[in-house]
Amino acid sequence: MPHAGAPISRRALLAQGAGIVVFTLAGGAASQARASAAPPDAADDAFGMLVDLTECIGCRSCVYACQEVNGWRGDPERPEPDGEQWTAVREVAVPGHPDEVRYVRTQCFHCLDPACASACPVAALRKTPDGPVAYEADRCIGCRYCMVACPFHIPRYQWDRALPLVAKCAFCARRLAAGEIPACAEACPTGATLFGKRSELVAQARRRIREHPDRYVDRIYGAVEAGGTSWLYLSDVPFEKLGFPAVGASAPGEFTRPVMAKVPAVALGVAGLMAAVRWLEGGREAGEAGRPPAGKEREP
Amino acid sequence: MKELAQHAAPGTMVLRGLSERVASIGWGRLVLWAVALSGAAAMVYRLGWGLGASTNLSDDWPWGWWIAVDVMGGVALAAGAFVVAAWVHVFGRHRYEVLAKPAVLTGFLGYLMVVVGLLMDIGRPYRIWHPIVMWQPHSVMFEVAWCVMCYTTVLALEFSPVAFEGLGWRRAARRVRRAIVPLVILGVMFSTLHQSSLGSLLLIAPYRMNPLWYSPLLPVFYFASAVAAGLATVQLEASAAGRFYGHRVGSALMEGLSRGLVWVLVLNAALRVADWVVRGTGPWMGPVTLESALAAAEVGLGMLVPAALLAVRSLRRRSAVRLWAAWMVVAGVLMNRIDSSLVAMRQSASSAYWPSVLEFVVTAGIIAGGMLAYDCVARHWPLFEAAAEPTPERAAAEHHRKTVEAPAS
Repeated sequence: MPHAGAPISRRALLAQGAGIVVFTLAGGAASQARASAAPPDAADDAFGMLVDLTECIGCRSCVYACQEVNGWRGDPERPEPDGEQWTAVREVAVPGHPDEVRYVRTQCFHCLDPACASACPVAALRKTPDGPVAYEADRCIGCRYCMVACPFHIPRYQWDRALPLVAKCAFCARRLAAGEIPACAEACPTGATLFGKRSELVAQARRRIREHPDRYVDRIYGAVEAGGTSWLYLSDVPFEKLGFPAVGASAPGEFTRPVMAKVPAVALGVAGLMAAVRWLEGGREAGEAGRPPAGKEREP
Repeated sequence: MKELAQHAAPGTMVLRGLSERVASIGWGRLVLWAVALSGAAAMVYRLGWGLGASTNLSDDWPWGWWIAVDVMGGVALAAGAFVVAAWVHVFGRHRYEVLAKPAVLTGFLGYLMVVVGLLMDIGRPYRIWHPIVMWQPHSVMFEVAWCVMCYTTVLALEFSPVAFEGLGWRRAARRVRRAIVPLVILGVMFSTLHQSSLGSLLLIAPYRMNPLWYSPLLPVFYFASAVAAGLATVQLEASAAGRFYGHRVGSALMEGLSRGLVWVLVLNAALRVADWVVRGTGPWMGPVTLESALAAAEVGLGMLVPAALLAVRSLRRRSAVRLWAAWMVVAGVLMNRIDSSLVAMRQSASSAYWPSVLEFVVTAGIIAGGMLAYDCVARHWPLFEAAAEPTPERAAAEHHRKTVEAPAS
């Protein structure tokens, strides 16, 4: 018994609902497929770097070498890295000992599970199996979410350019691929910057702390910070007093990945709930109108 | 007028012509045009000279006013579209249909404004399409990009019947209207994801943000407060439409909205306070700081006071009280977006940030442009009229009224 101006039939509604479900499932499946590609583990044979602050004499050979290799210009005395300079040496007075200074070298820490890579919407930043966190400039849209995400405040922006890019230490990825070692490690005259397999560097750092407990604070900065970093630091002054950021042991990506994994379920749940409410409401309206529910209208 | 003009000197004629022209455009529109054009000029400068030259952003403050207000705030204020559309087309509250079309238009224009804001903010605007083909599904920003694209499309479709009718394309309008329910359901889905994902964006900064705002519940807070902001925006917009276009909505509807808003606000405040208690933080802990004052104001002035005002029936009946409450809610949610995405980062920044004049001018220009677009639609297309072809469920309600309630006539 067809009615003029009847509400949307339940059959039509079900079909539409099914369409939405299929659409969402397809999207969800696609994203789940990608999501299963977990970030690279702390591959023990990946490269790392050990910076021993007790051995740094502040000569800035590393900064000059970095500038030469990467073709940047700028003042090597700058205390912080910026859009033109990927590594920098900062002079910090030791608290309580005004005459003493330490030279703190700052650059990308090349996290094992990098927040920037997990934040970047276009995968311009990613962790390579060798160790470097690589930046693919051609993909970058300039949203600067990587800068918000990085717990070490590392990615810098080329603020003075009309079409800027993100800038940070590349861990001389190209030199590594060619079998060379990073320019800064090669240039360091005292061995304050050591290049090697990360696992060996961790062992080396532990040995130094064990053999000279009077010389070092009992901590390897980067061993666990933000899920662990490829660059490790040893110091005789507590790291917080040298301006190292207080970073917990969880990689920041661990806080967003579970939420992203729920996206398909939330999408489906909301769409399903809305379709169910609409179905019930449609029945109520039809019932109020003193007619059989709309779904039965086409039955003989 | 013409006879008079014949006797006047040419100079006077020009002046009079100009003043007539101004009178016909209206001072309000003239101001909006001036602000919008200044905004456009500022945008040209921003695109030509770059972010560093036009904003006060820095490596310490990679995100600033545009992200906090134009994007995070703009999206929250555009939430009225999905709330009202769902209330009408999913929950079957057809009384509220008069509010749906303007709310959907506001949402659509709101999202277009967000896109303009985003284009200004990203360093390489011509690459805005990259997330379509370059995927990183762990990234919350990737979800944000997709939700903006999908939901803006859905809003365009939800609004299109008004445009089609304005253009005289009856059949196209009818076709879209037939699909309104699944469209609205898709809209609710994308809105839920998008409103919450803006909060999820900040989840990646646990070591940088003030614990007054950093919470694992950020996505829930952002969603719940967007519902409040959307309902309040619909109130303000309906009042403006009554004043400027003579489209008066019955006060019973406005009171109904206000009653709903009370529940949403109470839920919002309860969530925030419970979260503070569980995590052992809250503005009542420790000395008064800028952060604690702002967090207290968000919940107190932005949620509890308007909720209290609207909960009292005699106060709720007064339109002035409803408007005051709506303004407080909107201000509270905007403040929350600024606080959580900027003020909360202050503790980990080594320098201060205050937006440049150009950042304000661009924002004002985008808002003025949106208002001009709304005005243009309201004057030329049937935004406030009942649809020439009612939606099927609306037709059923009409049918019901005619046959059951008044069969004698």
